[in-house]
Amino acid sequence: MKKEPIISTRGLVAKYGDATILKNIDIDIFPGEITVILGGSGCGKTTLIKNILRLFQPFSGEVKIFGQEVTQLDEPEFDRILSKIGMLFQNGALLNSMSIFDNIAIPLEQHTKLSPEIIKKIIRVKLNLVNLAKAEKLMPSELSGGMKKRAALARAIALDPEILVCDEPSAGLDPLTSASLDELILNLKKLLKMTIVIVTHELASIHRIADKIIFLDAGKVLFSGTLTAAKKSEIPEIKSFFEIGSF
Amino acid sequence: MRCKNNILFIETDLTKKEIPAKMNELKKIAEKKITQIDLDAVKIIDSAGVAFLDELQQKFSKPDLINLSPEIERTHKIFSSLTLPKPQQSIKENFFVKIGESLLGFWQTAKKAVYLLADIFFWSFVGIVDRKGHRKGSVISQSLLIGVDALGIIGLLSFILGLILALQSAAQLRQFGANIFVADLMAVSMVTEMGPLLTSIILAGRSGSAIASEIATMKVTEELDALKMMAINPIRYVVVPKFHAMTLCIPLLVIMATLIGILGGLIIAITYLDISVVAFVNRVFDVITFKDAAVGIGKSFFFAWTIVIIGSYYGFTASGGAEGVGKVTTKSVVASIFWIIILDALNSLIFYF
Repeated sequence: MKKEPIISTRGLVAKYGDATILKNIDIDIFPGEITVILGGSGCGKTTLIKNILRLFQPFSGEVKIFGQEVTQLDEPEFDRILSKIGMLFQNGALLNSMSIFDNIAIPLEQHTKLSPEIIKKIIRVKLNLVNLAKAEKLMPSELSGGMKKRAALARAIALDPEILVCDEPSAGLDPLTSASLDELILNLKKLLKMTIVIVTHELASIHRIADKIIFLDAGKVLFSGTLTAAKKSEIPEIKSFFEIGSF
Repeated sequence: MRCKNNILFIETDLTKKEIPAKMNELKKIAEKKITQIDLDAVKIIDSAGVAFLDELQQKFSKPDLINLSPEIERTHKIFSSLTLPKPQQSIKENFFVKIGESLLGFWQTAKKAVYLLADIFFWSFVGIVDRKGHRKGSVISQSLLIGVDALGIIGLLSFILGLILALQSAAQLRQFGANIFVADLMAVSMVTEMGPLLTSIILAGRSGSAIASEIATMKVTEELDALKMMAINPIRYVVVPKFHAMTLCIPLLVIMATLIGILGGLIIAITYLDISVVAFVNRVFDVITFKDAAVGIGKSFFFAWTIVIIGSYYGFTASGGAEGVGKVTTKSVVASIFWIIILDALNSLIFYF
């Protein structure tokens, strides 16, 4: 039986003013897989994610999440969909005025009626999952870049989302920290069976975690398929991406 | 939930939706003895459900979980907090320790502020003759920002304040036929007090916050470190131009604010008290002494330096990203206005007591 995509776009066009950033994007992301959206800087990777999640309103086209068209969805209905999606932002986007504990408590307090003792337990477990057990009382400014991302990951998975979207999780991290973050993401997929979408251009990371690849170039999808197929691809842009990046 | 033969049967799924109701039910069975928890009917469980099971196990002296499906067991293993090390309890600080810490903090702050003050004064005086380490045209661009851009708001507020002062006092003076004294009142109050104070407070809000936030942003984004690494003194490069610009602008702004304030009074005098322009102006010049004008303008220099020094101090002490910038900006404005008023009070004691 063919799996239904959990996220799909058809003819998605995104614009900043007059400039067209994404041109007729058709992609399918399947449940339980790690899909990596990759491409050079400025090719529209983050824009694609933000248009799918309606952080930017698409200019035209169709976006389906959990089989439901979302571009014209009312805000309360879309919020229900968002509560099943966790997002890890490029710089973590932790609220600087709150401790790590309070940051992770935000979605739990706002979207559930759980009691404080249950919330406390969930936060401790989630922090432990991202190896930050001792950081709950710290402020974001007291954490290193890698720790911030892990704390943000704990916030993103606070509500056990079905989909986790990570925008450049390895950017600015040393190879070891980056590898441990990848390990964590792989664990989330394995243990929690999450669908994970990752925007990145870090080759090492792609090799470690990708099940599927969506390669963007100048606002278009050049390739969509498995990592193995991508590596064998004869498309010049993809070939040079993997060749140059492997030095 | 149902309790039978010391076994607690959970009969629904355990997800975020069900847990709040389950927590309420828990209160009803709090007194019962439970040795086992039967999870046979639980098909779905999430992290909130596992947290609830942990809560049950803690409350009822660790009853065994029975009849778990492999799926539930796996999720329980991932999310259970019972195996985690206990969090460290924070030590409550003694009252005297807190007082000691805040005194120590104040002493450190004062020390840093004095060092910065000495640095700024030193480099500002050096900067008058030696322009090395300054950006070309920075004093002019800062003067435009601090002085010229503030002309409108300071002019408008001084005029309105002049009108209000004159109008409020005119109503009283008129009862005694002492109309002409409105000129005395306007002249003395605007020259010695309202002109310098109003200008300084507006500048503290406008330019003081700008100075603090600019330097704080430079601090948290490592721009100040970058300057240091280029062998450039950040105080000479960033603060001194602001110090010079402020020193240059404030007397001019105070003179303008004072004149416009008196003009506001003049309009009330003409329209409400039937005083002629000549009589009002003559009276103003008769009343104002050189000392009043000198003290008014002189103290404004101290106010200006206070604004720059406090803004810079808080800017340099910023930490922690955007949040830190916001905090120090607020603190700098509050501290500037506080110290301006304290200095004004000291000035009044010295010259008029």
